[in-house]
Amino acid sequence: MTPDATAISATYRAEVAHPDTVAMQTFGFWIYLMSDLIIFATLFATFAVFSRSYAGGPAGKELVDLTYLLGETLFLLCSSVTYGLVMLAVHRGKKKWVLLGLVVTFLLGLGFVSMEIHEFYGLVAKGYGPDRSAFLSSFFTLVGTHGTHVTFGLIWMAVMMGQVAVKGLTSPVQSRLMRLSMFWHFLDLIWIGIFSLVYLMGVV
Amino acid sequence: MNQAPIDNIGISRGSLKSYLTGFVLALILTAIPFAMVMSRAFSPGVTLIGIFSAGVVQILVHLHYFLHLDTSSAARWNVLAILFTLLIMIIFVGGTLWIMSNLNYRMM
Repeated sequence: MTPDATAISATYRAEVAHPDTVAMQTFGFWIYLMSDLIIFATLFATFAVFSRSYAGGPAGKELVDLTYLLGETLFLLCSSVTYGLVMLAVHRGKKKWVLLGLVVTFLLGLGFVSMEIHEFYGLVAKGYGPDRSAFLSSFFTLVGTHGTHVTFGLIWMAVMMGQVAVKGLTSPVQSRLMRLSMFWHFLDLIWIGIFSLVYLMGVV
Repeated sequence: MNQAPIDNIGISRGSLKSYLTGFVLALILTAIPFAMVMSRAFSPGVTLIGIFSAGVVQILVHLHYFLHLDTSSAARWNVLAILFTLLIMIIFVGGTLWIMSNLNYRMM
């Protein structure tokens, strides 16, 4: 039995108009973030197991440039704060400030990803690629998974810039910006774990 | 199309003050472990504890000031979900380390 189109659209409108729709979407996205957290937990566990398996290759302290790492960290932290400011502009309905904030956040995120790609490129060029040792395999998998997430966050952000510019701050656009903010803050949260456990503890 | 701000977003909203407070706290909590490692002023044991503690506190700061997790009813389910995830993570990470170190010990 096929429900007719008007019934579907009526149901759809009722759902969209439901006062808790955005709250439910927010919670659903939070559950997705929790499943992502589990992925990172398994990668952290793998890294912890292999953290001394150098196979005659380089140890953590030979690879880490602390000043460079601090630069990456500050790029991501600042982008997290500028995205927070974007959300404040969203709630005030200031479209121009939202767009400006998204551009700044995007550039800061791009700075982070560029630095990470440059770091990976340098490691591989020195022969310290993921094939060198179990330590480096788990290092590239963990840090690379985070970098891939940030890259997809940037793609999402570029799409949202287009939506804000074309559609304006409609309810669905606001709701998507809200979920992107959770994704972006979440990635900064994971980065705290990475720079603390993988980089800094590897140097000590 | 409706352009009014959405009322119920599931979690509480941030304010300029909360983002700036979070930013300053996060900067301090980032500076502490980097300074400890760069200066080499402390023994490795103390430095490890310092990095770990600063990391945990910074994660709590981010959860509170950026992701707006608190004890309000709006965020209750989000808090419950992350607590459950934390339990799973402890089992995953702790269990992995335990089993692998045990295997390592028996194979040596």
